[in-house]
Amino acid sequence: MKRAVAIIPLVLAVIVGGFFLWGLNPNRDPNEIPSVLISQPAPSFILGPVPGLDVQGLSRENLLGNPTPVVVNVFASWCVPCRAEHAVLSALVERDGVRLFGINYKDQPADAVNWLRNLGNPYERIGSDLSGRAGIEWGISGVPETFIVGGDGTVLYRYVGPIVGEEAVSTFRQALRQAGVLEERS
Amino acid sequence: MRRFFLVLALIMPMSAQAVEPDEILSDPILEARAREVSRQLRCVVCQNQDIDSSNAGVARDLRLLVRERLVAGDTNEDAIAFIQARYGDYVLLKPPFKPETYALWFTPPLLGLLALGIGGGILMGSRKRKKIADLSDDEEAEVARIFTSSSEGDHR
Repeated sequence: MKRAVAIIPLVLAVIVGGFFLWGLNPNRDPNEIPSVLISQPAPSFILGPVPGLDVQGLSRENLLGNPTPVVVNVFASWCVPCRAEHAVLSALVERDGVRLFGINYKDQPADAVNWLRNLGNPYERIGSDLSGRAGIEWGISGVPETFIVGGDGTVLYRYVGPIVGEEAVSTFRQALRQAGVLEERS
Repeated sequence: MRRFFLVLALIMPMSAQAVEPDEILSDPILEARAREVSRQLRCVVCQNQDIDSSNAGVARDLRLLVRERLVAGDTNEDAIAFIQARYGDYVLLKPPFKPETYALWFTPPLLGLLALGIGGGILMGSRKRKKIADLSDDEEAEVARIFTSSSEGDHR
């Protein structure tokens, strides 16, 4: 009995130490919010086109029945990281043939048109989400956010924040490979 | 001048909260319910704040959405469930009670009980002093001899 009691501090130290070790893991992001959308059908939303832009709007129907999974990117012209991410997404579309759809989140149409005119438009369709309501349907907490949606309309993957920098890009490419959008070892 | 201060005094406490005048519902009962619901929902940007007190854009959108749901006839629970379906358990400031969160709910009372048990055990153990064995006959004799010799010494 005495021995059992004597071992309790050690056991507690191991348990508490284990939690600390877990908390100190540099790969753990405490700000990460688990998404409820993964493996769920994409939310229903219908967004009209951005006025003044010759690109069609986006709704849930456009995400159904695609032969390969597609990428849905939430962006805005006021979002500075989106500008950096734009080049990455453009490269994915141009070099790898990824199909990219955009949700223009809480953006003034004129600003969005200017932004896309300056940087080029990699998006096949763009829905204008002026009220941010579609953003809530997608459960986004900010811009940019990027989703991979399967041909049956199932959300396969979610990336929070800009896909900028080697690590982020390789993480996202890995997700694209897993979804079957990119060839293995491309 | 007095009117100015009166208006200022009326506006000041309002500006301290995040809910903007254009959001507030005309029905005070619905508004009170909306405030109650808002206080239970976490702002997804500023993570340890409820949406009722957050100035973030998404928090404002969620506040408006909550009010819209309540006006449409949702109960408080319905409105919370609606947001929860989109953002997950994460938006609930009070974590739900289900198998994944058992550790969260049960650990504190279990640790408390464990601490009480250990503490109580140690206290009980120290109270029960070991009974000291009686002196043997030889020892009694020795003690008596020491007493008599020391009392003899006093007379010297």
